[in-house]
This record gives sequence, structure tokens and C-alpha cells, in this order.
Amino acid sequence: MAGRALAAIVSAGLSRFGKLEGFYAREIFAQAVKEALERCPNLDPKRDIKSIFVGHMMESTEHQGHTGPLVADWVGLNPAPAVRLESACASSGLALRFGIQAIMAGLADVVLVGGVEKQTHLATDDATEYLAMSADNFFEQWHGFTFPALFALMARAHMNEYKTRGEHLAMVAVKNHRNGAKNPKAHIQREITLEQAMASRIVASPLRLYDCSLISDGASCLILTEPGLAKRYTDNPVYIMGTGQASDTIGLYERSDFTSLRATVLAAREAYEMAGINPEDVDVAEVHDCFTIAEIMHYEDLGFCGKGEGGSFVESGATEIGGSVPVNTSGGLKAKGHPVGATGTAQAYEIYLQLTGQAERRQVQGAEVGLTHNLGGHGSTAVVHVYRSSG
Amino acid sequence: MEETASDRNSGEVYPTIENFYKFCGQGRLMAAKCDRCGRLFVPPRVLCPDCYSSNFKWLQLSGRGKLQTYSTIHVAPKAFAAQAPYVVGIVRLEDGVNLPGRVVLGKGQEAKIGMDLVVDFESPPVGGWPRWPRYLFKPA
Ligand SMILES: [Zn+2]
Repeated sequence: MAGRALAAIVSAGLSRFGKLEGFYAREIFAQAVKEALERCPNLDPKRDIKSIFVGHMMESTEHQGHTGPLVADWVGLNPAPAVRLESACASSGLALRFGIQAIMAGLADVVLVGGVEKQTHLATDDATEYLAMSADNFFEQWHGFTFPALFALMARAHMNEYKTRGEHLAMVAVKNHRNGAKNPKAHIQREITLEQAMASRIVASPLRLYDCSLISDGASCLILTEPGLAKRYTDNPVYIMGTGQASDTIGLYERSDFTSLRATVLAAREAYEMAGINPEDVDVAEVHDCFTIAEIMHYEDLGFCGKGEGGSFVESGATEIGGSVPVNTSGGLKAKGHPVGATGTAQAYEIYLQLTGQAERRQVQGAEVGLTHNLGGHGSTAVVHVYRSSG
Repeated sequence: MEETASDRNSGEVYPTIENFYKFCGQGRLMAAKCDRCGRLFVPPRVLCPDCYSSNFKWLQLSGRGKLQTYSTIHVAPKAFAAQAPYVVGIVRLEDGVNLPGRVVLGKGQEAKIGMDLVVDFESPPVGGWPRWPRYLFKPA
């Protein structure tokens, strides 16, 4: 790997994902931070943590704003500067990127980045309306487009253009549920069959219930340091080698191609170049499977397989644990759950476990290079990070 | 039919989204054409993202186009629950721009990629915000 480390992850924390009855955003975030602090006894949080970046999409669902200082207060880190970042489902992927930037700028040497979302107190249709706000309200939602429908439009186009079938979509769900069944923090820890997935009810054709990720509560966080400081806090840091981010049109309709997400392609290119790697160097990846078709498109856009080959790629078993590039070992958004603001750093949490050999029953043997891919909305934002183990 | 903003006796009609929907209320699908670079916009823009001009001419479109991709929505938002299941899609208009919208089919008709569609208009919704009359697509 040719690049130099941008920052190091010295600890990470994750709340349980799922319906966390009676717990709200600040309390759920505190659960993730508690784990990160317990993993890192050499860290004195009040002395060492210089800045906080928290991703959070739907703060208005609690009629609560000002999430930055709110979480700083509730995790005992006042008066450290704290800010909430919003970029729909990519909010904490962005928190990670901004934490890295603060370290690289020399403004802070130890940073807490993370994300949180509380959704299960909402009625399902209210939650999905909030999620749809990441699209073009005046031209998409106003005409009855739901968020699943926008990905369904991509699925239809992909199936029309290539040999992608409903069965391929179901294979993504089956794989991610198989992984989620091995993750004690996953929202749904249960395997499903291909038949179950393919017989589930249609949400927005061709997408069925099992093609959709979950509405979950949860929080995640990482403690980042300037690379040279990492060994002060842990013998086993994970280094961040590349970061990339790109934007695309807020309306899906304004794009010339519905079978690929340009923001992903561009963000990945930036992150790969910075890290000095190629897609085939990635040993383990967490990608944004908000819908099964999305995971198939990400395989292609991240360069794990050729254009149009995503369906046969999942069918080949390449993305299973034990395959050439295991994808979503955590269970992904599909089974681990998708508390939107928490998802980006939850992906990094899984890669941290994998690259430090702590992923237990879902460990990818010998994993040294990891990748996370976090998407905002229907691809108006994409953030990609590349990681390397210290081993 | 092409007209400039100053042609309208109601004064200048800015190339805004609200004005776009007001035209829909008159049964017209209007695009904004950039004076400088000639790019056509539906929805209209107040600033051309290509050349940064803010001078546009409104241009009425035929509303004819072909269906690029579609989905039948079964789990609908509250405002559309009574219509479910319904079809939405992205239509490539013959003027070369895309527009998303509902595709309202007759009995026995099925959505198909490439099918010919034409725009139609609904009366404005009652109450709430916004109260913009929606356009939709139907088989040509
Ligand atoms: Zn222009």
C-alpha cells in the first residue's frame, strides 16, 4: 500500500441495533461511547478528546435540535467543540471524514466521530416520509415516489439492461441475514431462505419487503487519533489510508444512467488513489445495502466486478465470508439494521473489528485491507474510506 | 410556442418551481431555456448550473416522451394511499430532458420500458402546503 495513514482508529463502540424501546438519541449515543471508552483504558476522554463530529439525519423526530452539544453533554465531554453533520444516510460517514480532516488540519489530535438515529418511535409511514426527504421533494415525493420506489427504478433499469434477476436481489438478502445471524448486535439475527425472500410482499416493484433494509434505532462511534499518536492508546490501531466523497443530482431523474451511481464511482476512485490500492486489494467491505439492488450496483461501482455483472457476482459466492471479497459481514443495513445517522461509522466499526481480529464468528481470516461505502439518499452523496490493519 | 418572461401581462414570470406548477394549473408543461448556453431545464432553474446565467425563456413542451424505467408502488405514503397500487416512472421527453411522475394507465394496460406517454394535469390539491397542481403521464 503506497499511501500514508491519514488518521488512526484506536477504539470503536456500537449500541445494539433494533427497537430500543424507551431510549432516545442522546441515550443511545451514550451506549456506543461507553463501549469505545471501555475498549480504550489508556484514553482520558475529558483530557484527550478535542473535538466531536456526530452524524444524525432526522433530529426533528424528537423535536430536538442542536445535537452536537447535546451529545457532548450527555457523554461528559463538555466543553469540547461538537457539531452535528447531516447528509441523509451518509451523515456519519461524513462525520468520519470531517474528523479525519480536523486531524489532518492539525486542529485536533484526538477526535470522537459517530452517529445516531432514533426511528422506531415513529409510525412506519412517517419514518419512510422522513427518509424520503433525502430525495427531491418537489418532484419526487410530491408525485408519490417513495424511497423504495426510487431504488426500484434503478432495479428495473438494471434488470432491463443486464441479466440481473429478482433471484440475485434475494441472494443479497439471504447472505446479509446469514451474516447478521452471527452478529450479537444486529437488529435481526435470523437467517432467511431464498424462497422466503422471493415470496415476501411487493413494496415497490420489483422490490419486495426482503429487498429493503430495516428501520432501526442505534448509534456508533470511533475514536480517531493523529497516526503518530495511535500506539499511545492501543497496540492494535487501524489506519485510515484513503477518503473520498462526491455529490450527484438531488433528483434521480436528472441522471443519464440509472444503473450506476456516479458519486460512488468518483468517491471510490479518490479513496483508492489516496490509499494507493486497487479494488482487488480489498479483503473485506461494508457497503450501503439500503436495498438489495444497491449492493449489486455498489459491487460494480466500487470495481469489485465488471459493469452489469453484480448479479452473477453475488451468485458466485465471492461476497460471502470465505469468498474473494466478503461484503457486509456485519449483516449490513439489511440485517444489522439501518439507524440512518449511525450507519456510516457502524460500517467502520465492523471494519475495525475485522482488521483487529475481533469479529468472532464472522471473522474474515487474514483481512488486512478494508473498505466502507456509505450512501446518502439515492446516491446524491457517497463517501468511501479505505483502512489498513497495523499487523 | 415560445414566450419571454416579459410577454406575460402578469409581469415577469421567474423561472421558479412554483411558477412551473402554476403553468401546470393552466394545462401547460413549461421548460426554462438558458439564454446563454441554450440548455433546457425541467424543472426550471434560477441559475444555470452549466454557464451560471440567470436569464431564461419559458418554452412550452409537447409533453410527449418515452418511459425509461418504472415501479408499481404498493406501500404508499399517506397522501397517495387511496391510489395504491400506482405506477411511477421517469419519462424521457422528446425535447431531451427527463421528468419523473405518476403513470396513470387504463384498465388492462401495463407499464413497459419504452412505451409512449403524454403529459396530463390534475386540479390542485385542497389544503396544506404546497397546493401545486400535479402533472402526470398517460399512454399517448
Ligand atoms: Zn446556461
